[in-house]
Amino acid sequence: MSANPQTLFVQHFWKDSNRTLDYYLKEMNGYEAARKVLGSMAPDQVVEEVKKANIRGRGGAGFPMGMKWSFIPKNSEKPKYLVCNADESEPGTCKDRQIIRYTPHLLIEGLLIGSFAIGCKHAYVYIRGEYVREAQLLEEAIEEARAKGYLGKDIFGSGFDLEITVHRGAGAYICGEETGLLNSLEGKRGEPRVKPPFPAVSGAFSCPTAVNNVESIANVPHIIRLGGEVFAKLGRIDKSGGTRLISLSGHVNRPGVYEVAAGSMTLRQIIDDLGGGVWKGKKLKAVIPGGSSSPVLTADEIDAVYDVEPLMKIGTMMGSAAIMVIDEDTDLVKLLLRITKFYAHESCGQCTPCREGCHWMESLLHKVIHGEAKPADIDLLVDVAGNIGGKTLCALGDAAAMPVQSFVKKFRSEFDAYVKGQSRHA
Amino acid sequence: MKERLLSEKFYEAMRQKEPRYPDRKALILPSLHQAQAEFGWLPKEILAEIAEYIGVHEAQIREVASFYTMYNLKPVGKMHLKLCTNVACCLRGANELMEFAEKKLGVKCGETTPDGAFTLSEEECLGACTTAPVMMANDDYIENLDINSMNDFIEKVKHER
Ligand SMILES: Cc1cc2nc3c(=O)[nH]c(=O)nc-3n(C[C@H](O)[C@H](O)[C@H](O)COP(=O)(O)O)c2cc1C
Ligand code: FES
Repeated sequence: MSANPQTLFVQHFWKDSNRTLDYYLKEMNGYEAARKVLGSMAPDQVVEEVKKANIRGRGGAGFPMGMKWSFIPKNSEKPKYLVCNADESEPGTCKDRQIIRYTPHLLIEGLLIGSFAIGCKHAYVYIRGEYVREAQLLEEAIEEARAKGYLGKDIFGSGFDLEITVHRGAGAYICGEETGLLNSLEGKRGEPRVKPPFPAVSGAFSCPTAVNNVESIANVPHIIRLGGEVFAKLGRIDKSGGTRLISLSGHVNRPGVYEVAAGSMTLRQIIDDLGGGVWKGKKLKAVIPGGSSSPVLTADEIDAVYDVEPLMKIGTMMGSAAIMVIDEDTDLVKLLLRITKFYAHESCGQCTPCREGCHWMESLLHKVIHGEAKPADIDLLVDVAGNIGGKTLCALGDAAAMPVQSFVKKFRSEFDAYVKGQSRHA
Repeated sequence: MKERLLSEKFYEAMRQKEPRYPDRKALILPSLHQAQAEFGWLPKEILAEIAEYIGVHEAQIREVASFYTMYNLKPVGKMHLKLCTNVACCLRGANELMEFAEKKLGVKCGETTPDGAFTLSEEECLGACTTAPVMMANDDYIENLDINSMNDFIEKVKHER
C-alpha cells in the first residue's frame, strides 16, 4: 500500500494527452472551482479559504500563501498584478515543469481564482527561458481556455476580466528571486530590488503585486474544490497543508518527481521507498534536502520528517523540495566547488559581499583541490561564507554561504585530507 | 531611412505583444528572443534596431542583453549543444559527457566547430534534474543522456546536414 493515497497532481502526470482542456474538464472537474468563486464568493472569502488551507509557498521560502495575498491593498487606485514564478531555477528542482507540461489548466484556473482574489486583471507567468517548449504548451493551454471564455472579458458572466501573458526569461538564476524577476519582467537586468517596499506595495510596474510559485498557484483550484480545511488536513503536520511535489535526483535508483502529503514521510522513506534507495547498492554519504542552497545533511540525519519545520529544527531547509542524493564514492570537495561556482556565476554583482565573496570561496576551493591550500585556508573559507550570509540584498548570498558552511562543518575531514595531500580523490 | 534588418514577422509579433504590457520597455526581452530566433545571434545592428523600435538608448539594450546567458552576443553554430554540468547532472556523469563531446566535436567547451555546425557550451541547471544528465540541443531538451545517446545524436545531426 502506498503511504500516500491522497495525491492531487501526479496521477495526471506523464501522459501528454492529459494536458488538454478536454481532459481537464472531464477528469478533473476543470474550471468548476473558478466558476464557483466568480459566481458566488467575495474576494475576501477566497483569501480566507486559502488561509484556512494552511498552504505554504512552494517556491522556496515557505511563506503562508493566504497571508501574502492579504497584504495586497484593497483600496489602491493602481492596477494590481499576480505574477507566477515559473523560473524553476534552484538546482535540483523540476516540479513546476511537470505542472506546466501535464496540468497547465490547473495553473491557469489557479491564476484565474488568485487574480479574482487580489483584484488583478492581467496576470503574468514568468517562465525560465530554457523552457521553450513548456512556454509554448502553456500558451496553447491559455488559448484553449480563452476560446471557451475562461479567460478574457466577463468570465462566467461575472463581469470579471482576466488576461494572462507568458513572459520568457533568458537564463539567469537570480530571476527566480521575486524582485529580480519583477525587474526582468519590466525589461531590465534581473537585479533584485531593495526591500522595502515589498512587492505587495510596489511590485510589477510599481503596482501592488503578489508573486507566487507555479505549484502554489496550481493548488488553488484544489483548495476551493476540497475546501480550505480539508486541504489543510491533507498535510500531516502543523502549519503545512496539502501535498508537496518533490524532485528527487542524484544517486538514487528511481529519480523522479513525486508527491507526498505534507509531512507524511521522513527523508529516509522518500529516498528508500519512493526512490528505491541509493543506486548500485552503494551506501549513502550525504543528502542535499531542499535545492543546492540548502545545508547538506549526513547519512545519519535523514530520519527527520520531510517538511518545513522539522528540517528547520535540524538546521537545514526544505526550500523548493529538491532532494539530491549523494553516494559514498562522491568527492564532496569537488561537489562543493561545483555548487560554489554556480553561485559565483549567478551572483548579479550588486552587493560586494556576494560578488567578491563567491569568487573568493571558489578560488579557495580550487586551491584546496589542487593541493595548494594551507589548513588556515579552510577556516578562511568558512569565514568568508560567514561574511556573505545575511549581508546582501537578496538571499542569493545566503544560498552561496550555506553549502560552504555545512559541507565544511559536517565533512571537514575530506577538506583536511586534500590539504594534507591524502585525499583518495586527488 | 535606414534599411530594416528585422523582418515584418518580427514587427508583427511585437505589435501583438505591445498591448500586453503597461510599459514598452517590457518588450525588451521578448524582442531579443524574437530577433535571436530570426538571426541565431544578436549582432550590434540588431540591438540598435531594437533600441530604436522600443525607444531607448542602444546602451540600455546592450546592458540588458548582456545580463542574460541565453542571448548570444557572438555567432553560434547551427546546432548549439548546451550541456548541464550542475549538481544533479554532475552526480550522474555530466563531466564525462562533456569530455566525450569535446573529443567527438574536436572543440573545447565554449567553442564552435570550424564548419559552424556545432557550438558546445556548459549550462547551469536546466530544471530537468530528475532526468539527468540533460542537455539542450537548440530549443529541445535531451534527457537521460549517456555517451551512446550523445554520440548517436551528434551523428544524426551531422547526417542531416
Ligand atoms: C536566489 C533565489 C532564487 C529563487 N528562485 C526561485 C524559483 O526559481 N522559483 C520560485 O518559485 N521561487 C524562487 N525563489 C523564491 C522567490 O523569491 C519567492 O519567494 C517565491 O517565488 C514566492 O512564491 P511562493 O510564496 O509561492 O513560494 C528564489 C529566491 C531566491 C533568493
Ligand atoms: S542539474 Fe542538470 S538539469 Fe538540474
